[in-house]
Amino acid sequence: MDVMPKWADVVLIPLISLLLAAILSALVILAIGESPMNALKIMVDGALGSTYGWGYTLYYATNFIFTGLAVSIAFHARMFNIGGEGQAMIGGLGVALVCMYVPWPHWSLALLGGTVAAALFGAAWAAIPAFLQAKRGSHIVITTIMFNFIAAALLNYLLIGALKPQGSMEPATGKFPEATHLPNLHDVLGFFGIEFSKAAPANITFFVAILACVAVWALIWRTKLGYEIRAFGHSESAAKYAGISPTKIIMVSMLISGGLAGMMAINNVQGEAERLVLNAVEGAGFIGIAVALMGRSHPFGVFLAAILFGFLYQGGAELALWTKIPREMIVVIQALVILFTGALDNMVRMPLERAFLAAKRRNKGAA
Amino acid sequence: MTQAPAIELKGISKAFGPVQANKDISIRVMPGTIHGIIGENGAGKSTLMSILYGFYKADKGEIFIAGKKVQIPDSQAAIAAGIGMVFQHFKLVENFTVLENVVLGAEDSGLLRPSLARARRELKALADEYGLNVEPDALIEDIGVGMQQRVEILKALYRKADILILDEPTGVLTPAEADQLFRILERLKAEGKTIVLITHKLREIMDTTDTVSVMRRGEMTATVKTSETDPAHLAELMVGRKVLLRVEKAPAKVGATILEVKDLNVTDNKGVHRLKGINFHVKAGEILGIAGVAGNGQSELLEVLGGYEKGTGSITVNGQAIDLTGAHSDGQSRRARGIAHVPEDRQREGLIMDYTAWENTAFGYHHDAKYQRGIFMDNAAIKADTVEKMERFDVRPPDPKLAAKNFSGGNQQKIVLAREIERNPDLLLIGQPTRGVDIGAIEFIHQQIVALRDQGKAILLVSVELEEILSLSDRIAVMFDGKMMGERLPSETDEKELGLMMAGMTKGEAA
Repeated sequence: MDVMPKWADVVLIPLISLLLAAILSALVILAIGESPMNALKIMVDGALGSTYGWGYTLYYATNFIFTGLAVSIAFHARMFNIGGEGQAMIGGLGVALVCMYVPWPHWSLALLGGTVAAALFGAAWAAIPAFLQAKRGSHIVITTIMFNFIAAALLNYLLIGALKPQGSMEPATGKFPEATHLPNLHDVLGFFGIEFSKAAPANITFFVAILACVAVWALIWRTKLGYEIRAFGHSESAAKYAGISPTKIIMVSMLISGGLAGMMAINNVQGEAERLVLNAVEGAGFIGIAVALMGRSHPFGVFLAAILFGFLYQGGAELALWTKIPREMIVVIQALVILFTGALDNMVRMPLERAFLAAKRRNKGAA
Repeated sequence: MTQAPAIELKGISKAFGPVQANKDISIRVMPGTIHGIIGENGAGKSTLMSILYGFYKADKGEIFIAGKKVQIPDSQAAIAAGIGMVFQHFKLVENFTVLENVVLGAEDSGLLRPSLARARRELKALADEYGLNVEPDALIEDIGVGMQQRVEILKALYRKADILILDEPTGVLTPAEADQLFRILERLKAEGKTIVLITHKLREIMDTTDTVSVMRRGEMTATVKTSETDPAHLAELMVGRKVLLRVEKAPAKVGATILEVKDLNVTDNKGVHRLKGINFHVKAGEILGIAGVAGNGQSELLEVLGGYEKGTGSITVNGQAIDLTGAHSDGQSRRARGIAHVPEDRQREGLIMDYTAWENTAFGYHHDAKYQRGIFMDNAAIKADTVEKMERFDVRPPDPKLAAKNFSGGNQQKIVLAREIERNPDLLLIGQPTRGVDIGAIEFIHQQIVALRDQGKAILLVSVELEEILSLSDRIAVMFDGKMMGERLPSETDEKELGLMMAGMTKGEAA
């Protein structure tokens, strides 16, 4: 029987875990001779204190929503897609190609084209490890992580060769044409009369990410395919009994996963950089794993976790700017968050369950 | 003064989270007796024995061994107190010899040779004393299940056990092997050992024990002298109400052939030949029971018929051939052909344990048009359907939103049965319908199977419980080593003959 009400499982446990991570982080900051309260203030001010800060926080969060959803959907099929990084890189390649070589008349069509290209390229990059897993039994963790390196090498090769504008000294493509540039949040929210910073990189892709959350939720919990994916993830033997093809589920779930990871590129490549640079993904593929863990592979959880990590990213950058606390410190804080929300989940869960149980008994006794 | 009990438990309680597995249990087991503990699945028998053997720590209560109060924090302490345990699933190293397994964990010193030499002498002595003959140099993987069980008993005796606990010891044995086991237990008892026999089989209790304790829902409901009770009374004590132990059924009204299997062969992915040219048929309105010791090809037979194992040969349903290797050799195609399947292992196959009851109700049939609404699944329709099915099959609690893992074994089985039977299939495959199911639910499940037969459906029943096969089947086929040993009518055979066939012997050989 479920001993805890759902809200405790979904809200209380992550909150307590976060609090523990925050306390430990505070101790570390104290140990290097800085004030934790001051650090927190800088982080909050920097990330949430202005629309400029929000612009960055939401920009990062958009990346993390895509990669987090990618990891989540694979998790549901009990596939550990650790290759979001590579899939997002190749998604970037897809975006770059359609933006540079297709003459788009309007940004809305360019967004559509970019999205399709990013998803197709990302999915294609996930297809090979998926096929090897489904047909050859090569472990998906190994193959996807190897494909991250291959993707990096491929982009390196293309960006110092075929895709580099003549005469340029930089490993990057040229600027995409004006018509492919996406409206940023300043433009979008300005339309509704809301003031938003012009300089921040958050753009319309944020809304695409929210749509993606809804779509993934509907797919997982409302369609036959989602039903089969979850069934396969829970029990492969039962899935076989029911006539669900393991090959199909592995392939389809990984294609969707790769596509979602690839779609991150419309945010960072088309939306922000407006050209393809080396290392455009900046580790968002890996953050996606933490986001999916913390969000319990639920799209809404992923959304919240992505915002949190966006805050940590942006706040961390501010921290490095204004204090002696190094940029790496933020990695430590992220690691603590992952440790407490993911690996040490039971540490919080068990005592909490016991407390709820005791409370229940007491109520029963009184009744 | 009377003798102190070999084991005395006083007020043992143990809870796992919200589940009270043992509630204030007190029991006295007298030395030199065979004491049975009987109860339904989940009654708390195994928990109680695990506490005695040091796997769990009791929340409350005291343990006395031979009149002395003891603490048993781990299995080492249990062994030191003279308790030996033979688990349902043996704990043997497959590629070690018998001798090495006996010595394992009880070596005299860092050097192995002297220990082995001593063990060889002791094994010889034990074999002479109790009739426990085992070849000491045989590898475990080469000897049969009955022999492996003897090794487990020898392991306990080698560690100077005076008290032997056996957990469901006959689950994997042929009837003949079980008889041998009980003869050995009699010998051990005669030599003054105390034996605790945990089982859910009433017959074993009646045949072998001196005293029997009945457990129900974590409580010890009664301890009685075996000679002063009878199976019906014990069943009542176990379930808490009167139960019908026999299946009432009218003579079969047999119709046309539904399932015809010819020269069916299966080789598994390790290259082992599992089914070796099987032939049989099942007609409408009859139950064909397949008897056999677990692991003789019955599982593979069900898997091929159910569409998730490849085979060669020919299978026809309603006269039409079924695809055994190609694109239509999957569960979906089988269901489309009117085959429903209640698999042997409901927890691994029949149900997704983390899915709710309603999600499981659609499992395998989730492509059905009645469960769809546009591109989405019609969850409301599935839930409504589940509520109805739960009511008809008396699933408790009738809560469609509860996860399958939170139902008892019997109720899980009812969820699967409701799903498969209510589809109104032409052919029902049903494996181990009552494994891990409590007596009360067994009665109900048997009635459902017979009712489906009486509607003119063909039923293929696979079970390792001979009693079940004998009472339900209209014809009985016996499988051994991937082959059919022959068919019998239940009225013209008995457990003894079937038991011999299950061991691979035909009547001529046995005589």
